[in-house]
Amino acid sequence: MNYEKLLSDKVKSIEPSGIRKFFDIVAEMSDAISLGVGEPDFVTPWHIRNRGIQSLEHGHTHYTSNAGLLELRKEVVKYLERRVNLSYTPENVIITVGGSEAIDLCIRSLVDPGDEVLIPDPSFVCYKPCTVLAGGVPVPIVTKAENRFKLTAEQLKAAITPKTKLLILPYPNNPTGAIMTEEDLEEIAEVLRGTDILVLSDEIYLELTYGRKHVSIANISGMKERTVIVNGFSKSYAMTGWRLGFAVGPAEIMSAMLKIHQYAIMSSPTTSQYAAVDALRNGDDDIERMRNEYDCRRRIIVDGFNSMGLSCFEPEGAFYVFPSIQSTGLTSEEFCVKLLEKEKVAVVPGTAFGTSGEGFVRCSYAYSIKNIYKALERIKHFVETRGWEAGE
Amino acid sequence: MSTVLSLLEKDATLSAKQIAVMLGTNEEDVKNQIKKYEEEKVILGYRTIVNWEGEEDEPVTAMIELKVTPQLGAGFDKVAQEIQQYEAVSSVYLMSGGFDICVILEGKTMKEVALFVAEKLAPMEEVLSTATHFILKKYKIDGIITDNQKEDPREVITL
Repeated sequence: MNYEKLLSDKVKSIEPSGIRKFFDIVAEMSDAISLGVGEPDFVTPWHIRNRGIQSLEHGHTHYTSNAGLLELRKEVVKYLERRVNLSYTPENVIITVGGSEAIDLCIRSLVDPGDEVLIPDPSFVCYKPCTVLAGGVPVPIVTKAENRFKLTAEQLKAAITPKTKLLILPYPNNPTGAIMTEEDLEEIAEVLRGTDILVLSDEIYLELTYGRKHVSIANISGMKERTVIVNGFSKSYAMTGWRLGFAVGPAEIMSAMLKIHQYAIMSSPTTSQYAAVDALRNGDDDIERMRNEYDCRRRIIVDGFNSMGLSCFEPEGAFYVFPSIQSTGLTSEEFCVKLLEKEKVAVVPGTAFGTSGEGFVRCSYAYSIKNIYKALERIKHFVETRGWEAGE
Repeated sequence: MSTVLSLLEKDATLSAKQIAVMLGTNEEDVKNQIKKYEEEKVILGYRTIVNWEGEEDEPVTAMIELKVTPQLGAGFDKVAQEIQQYEAVSSVYLMSGGFDICVILEGKTMKEVALFVAEKLAPMEEVLSTATHFILKKYKIDGIITDNQKEDPREVITL
C-alpha cells in the first residue's frame, strides 16, 4: 500500500522535528554528557510517590470524572490562590495528560481554519503543529536577545490582523529562560484589552523563577476573562513521567475543552491524580528546595558560558540557558554536531525551537553540579581550541 | 536559600570561587566567611563520606544506648566528656526518650566493640545499663543513599 498517499495532508504538512539529523546522531552516542533534557533531574519527592502507591493499594484503579478528581481540582484552585493570587472555582479547571494535552485542547477549542495564532519564536515546539492540525495559521513573532527574549507590545501590535484569534504566551520560556514581568505583561494587556483576541498562557515553569515571583497575564486587569492558563506538575514537582497537567480559564472555554478531552482521553491517569493531590497539599517546600538548587546551577552555567566568550543573557526562569554561539561562525546545528563529535557533549540547537533560534544553543541545567562543570569544561576546550576546525 | 554552609555541607570539595558564583557573591567574602566558621568551630572539619561495605578494612559499627545517672551540677556532660576521649568512639549524643546517651562506636571486629563496652563503658560508676546494637547495613549515610542508581535514567535529549 502507498501509505504516503493515504496519510492526511495535515499530518504530512507538519514536520516531525526540524533537526532530525542531529537527533539521529545523538541517539547513537550513548556515552555523551548531556545538557539536553527538558525535564528535572530530581526524582518525584517520596511523599508524592507514596501517595500514588497508596492509591493503588486502596484499589483506586478506575476512571475519574472527565474533568478530573474534584478533590484535585479543589486543590488546584487553592494552589492558584496561594501561589499566584488568582481565584477560580473547580468548574474552571480540567486535569489533563500533561501541559501538552491542555495546549492541544485549548488550541483546538478556539481555532477555526484560517485563524491566526501568534507564537513567540523561539519557543516550545508544540504550538505550531497543534495550530496547523487545528487548521489555523501559525504566525511567529521573533523575540530578540537584546530584549531579553521578551515579547514586546510593539511586536504584538504589528503582528495582529483581523484574523488573529489567539496569542500564545509561553513564559517563563523554554528554550530561552526569559520571563515577563508585571510591567511587561501590562503593556501586552494594553494591546489586547478591547479586542477579541484570547491568550493561551503556558505557565508550566511558573514555580521556577529566580529573584522575583511569577506574575500571570491573568493577574492583569481585564485579562482573566480572555486567558486560558496551562500548568502542570511536571516541572514544579519533578513529575514528568506521571503525565499530569491542568488548564484553567473561563468556564465557557473550559466546557468546550472538556468535550474534546472526554472523547480523546476520557480522564487523566487516576494514580497520578491522587499523587498530585499530595503534591499540592504538601509540596511547597519541595518546590523551594529544588528551585534553590536550580538557582545555584543557573549561576554556574551562566558564568561558565560568559567566561568562555559565548555570551549568555541571564535567564530568570525555567532551567535553561540560551547562549549565543555566533562568535564561532557556525550554525547552531553545526555547532551541536561538532561539539558532540569532538567533545561528546549534547546540547540542543536553537533552531529546534524556531528559525529565530539560529545562532543559539539551548543548555539545560537540570543536571548535577558535577555534570554541569564537566560539560562546561569540555565546551570551553572546544571553543578555545576551535575544535570544529580540526580534521574530520 | 543556599548558604556557604549548606553548599559546603553537601560538597566540601567546592572552591571558594565556585561557591561565590553559585551564591552570586564574591570570592573574598566567601573565603572570609569560611575562615570565620572554621575559627568559631562551626565548621569542624572536612572529610570524605566512605561507603566501606565490601572494602578490605570495613569497620564494625555499633550504636550503644547508655542509661546514666546525671551528676549534681554537671548533668550528663561529665560522663559524655569522659566517653568522647576514646579513639574508638566516633560520635556521642545526649538523647531524649528511653535512654540518655547514644555512643557510636567503631572497631575492627564485633568482639572488639563488645569488649570495649564491657571494659570501658559498663564499669563507669554513673552508667546504669548499656545496650549494644550492631549496624548491619547502611542504606543511607549522611544524606547519601548508598546504592543509588548511577546512570541518568532520562533520555539524552528531550525538548
